[in-house]
This record gives sequence, structure tokens and C-alpha cells, in this order.
Amino acid sequence: MKGFSWLWPINIAVILFSILLMPPVKHALEASMTAQMLVQIPLLVLVGWLLHSAVPERLQAIIARWNGYGITGMVLTVSAAAYWMLPRTLDAATSYTLVALAKYSLVPLLIGLPFSLSWPRMNFIVKGVFLLEFIATFFRLGWLYVSSPSRFCNNYLLGDQQRLGQYMLIIGCVLLVWIAYKLMFGRFVSD
Amino acid sequence: MTQILRTLLASAVIAAVGVGVLAEGTDHFSAFTTETARRVEIRNHPVQLPNVTLETQTGTRIALAGLRGRWLVIDFIYARCPTLCLALGTDFSRLQTQLAGPIAQSKVTLLSISFDPGFDTPSELTSYLERSNSNGRGWLAARPTDATGLRQLIQRFGLTVIPDTFGGYTHNAAIYIVDPQGRLVDIADLGDPDRVVQMVLSRLQQ
Repeated sequence: MKGFSWLWPINIAVILFSILLMPPVKHALEASMTAQMLVQIPLLVLVGWLLHSAVPERLQAIIARWNGYGITGMVLTVSAAAYWMLPRTLDAATSYTLVALAKYSLVPLLIGLPFSLSWPRMNFIVKGVFLLEFIATFFRLGWLYVSSPSRFCNNYLLGDQQRLGQYMLIIGCVLLVWIAYKLMFGRFVSD
Repeated sequence: MTQILRTLLASAVIAAVGVGVLAEGTDHFSAFTTETARRVEIRNHPVQLPNVTLETQTGTRIALAGLRGRWLVIDFIYARCPTLCLALGTDFSRLQTQLAGPIAQSKVTLLSISFDPGFDTPSELTSYLERSNSNGRGWLAARPTDATGLRQLIQRFGLTVIPDTFGGYTHNAAIYIVDPQGRLVDIADLGDPDRVVQMVLSRLQQ
């Protein structure tokens, strides 16, 4: 079975993507802001991550020449993530088919895939900057969603937005504890 | 070229494109939500309203186009609404007082349109106006007479109405300003009736 082992991530990506694409699943995940942001989008990112073994090694080598320490990939990941986290885009993706198509293709390809190609190349400092900024985003947005009296998305209820905020604060705390634990007791592989 | 220079170059290009796309997607960083985007768009390109037939709180049928020739201040409500529509009712009652002059001259009319016509009969609309302390002058409450009309209104005004968990609705509550030609020209937040008064008065003087 050795010859097939490299296929597995792609198979999982295809299966996961097909499940996410099924209308009832899509509808259920987009019915709440919490499910869309904490389940659907992360799973789409995961699909992109799993696709990295589909990129031919020669192409990976060319990309690597332009992707020192994984910085270029990180810039792409962060830019694309910022765009797909805009309340406007979330609203539009639930209301318009074209935007939904763009979301389903670009979130894996511009967030998950470049991240998977870049993460192993990042050194200790780049990883640290990325992780702390990632955690800070959870706290910033979580706080904003918990405290804002008005809704950011026309398609979602205020209670939903506040619940998402609470979950994001909890996730931020868990990530922070995890990284603190790693810093104190763990070992970072930096090369 | 070394790898680090190539990386810098590629990162700069991607970051520039990223900022460009973000600028395009947020109307140059002025509109991050659908609601603000809608307002920016309306101010730049006023929207002609559909001619929908409405039934008012007195049971009279009127055409929306029949109200042309005066400024309309419109909000969307449903009479059972326990939250936002109450705030809208309070806002409108203050508008009614502060715009009493232009209202008496038939230059301005306030109009509350129900998006729950199945429930909001003329008598429900009457009691909505009473609860909101209307003094009876220049403030109509009305419901669309058919589903097509309601759909057209929702689409042109850019409303999103979603059922909430308490058997009611959540909707993007705002105050809409329509000019005498029947065009939607501005959208204001609720909770700031003074600003709406300013907006209407300054336009009346133009």
C-alpha cells in the first residue's frame, strides 16, 4: 500500500470538500454565524492544507525559491483570511451563488494551501509572530463580537454574534495556554 | 537574486494586491458590513422605488407612487415587534413632533411599512401608531396588499428579515429617506432622530 500512501490526504480533501459542498450541510453550517466561522471556514482551510501533497515537487521547489522562511505564503494566507473574514463577504457568500463559489474555491486555495506550503519553512520567530497574531485576532474579534450592540452581518442574529464572540475568547484562551505550556515545557523544532 | 530578495519582492506584490482587493471590497475602507455598503451605494446612486399598493391603518388603499411630490421618511416594522420597532416608533414620534411644520404643509410624510402583512391588519397598525404615541398627523402605517409588492419593497430597500428564536423577526432597522421623485436617497441609523430631522430640513431648503 506504500505507493498509495501519498494519495490519502488528497482523498480526504476531496471527500471533505464534497461533504461541505452538499446543500444541506452548506445550509446548516451557514445558518449560524458561529458554525460558518468556527466550523465551515476552518474545514475549507483544512481542505486546502490537505491539498499540498497534490502540488508536484518541482513546482514546490520553484515556490520555495520565492518563499523564504514561508513569509510570502504567510502574507498571502493573512491577506486572503482578512478578506474572507469581512462581515460583508460572509453576508454575500450566503446570499449570492457566485460569491459562495469564490469562497469555496479561494478559501482552500489562498489560505489553506499556501499555509501548508509555508508553515514547515517558518523558523521559530516567524512561527511565533504568526501564532501570537493568530491568538490576538481571536481575542480582538471575540471581544468585538461580545461587546458590540449592533449586528455586523444582516443574515445573523445578535445573540449568534455574541455566542461566536464568547467561543472565540475561549479558543483564544485555550491557544494561549497551549503555547505558554509549549514555551515552558515543550520543545520547538525550528529548522 | 537571493532567496530573501525574491521573498521580499513576492511578499510586497502579494501584500499590495491584497490591500487593493481589500480596498475594493470595502469601498475604500469605508464599508465593512453589508449595511454600510448599502448606504454608500444609495448615496451615490439613488434607487427608484417600485409602485406598490399599500393598505393604511384606516383601511384606505394607496399607491406608493401617489405619495410623490413630498419627502417620505420610511421605516419597516411589524406590529408585534418587541424590540427594534419600539425604538423606531419612539424615533418616529419625535420626528413627528420636530417636523410638525413641514408635515402640516404636506412637504413631509412619515410612513411605517409592515413586512408582516398577514398579521398586521389595519387595526393592528392603528394600535401600533397609538402605542408609539403618534399624534395622528402625517404618519401613516401601512401594509403591502400582495406578496409581490412586499418582495419588491424588501429587494429595493435592501432589507434582510430573518425569523428569530422568539417567534418574531430580526431585521436591519433603519430610517429611509425618499425624495419627491420617489427615489430612495439616504439611509440613517435609528436612535438619532435629530440627525434625520437635519437631513430632511437641509434637503427641504435646497
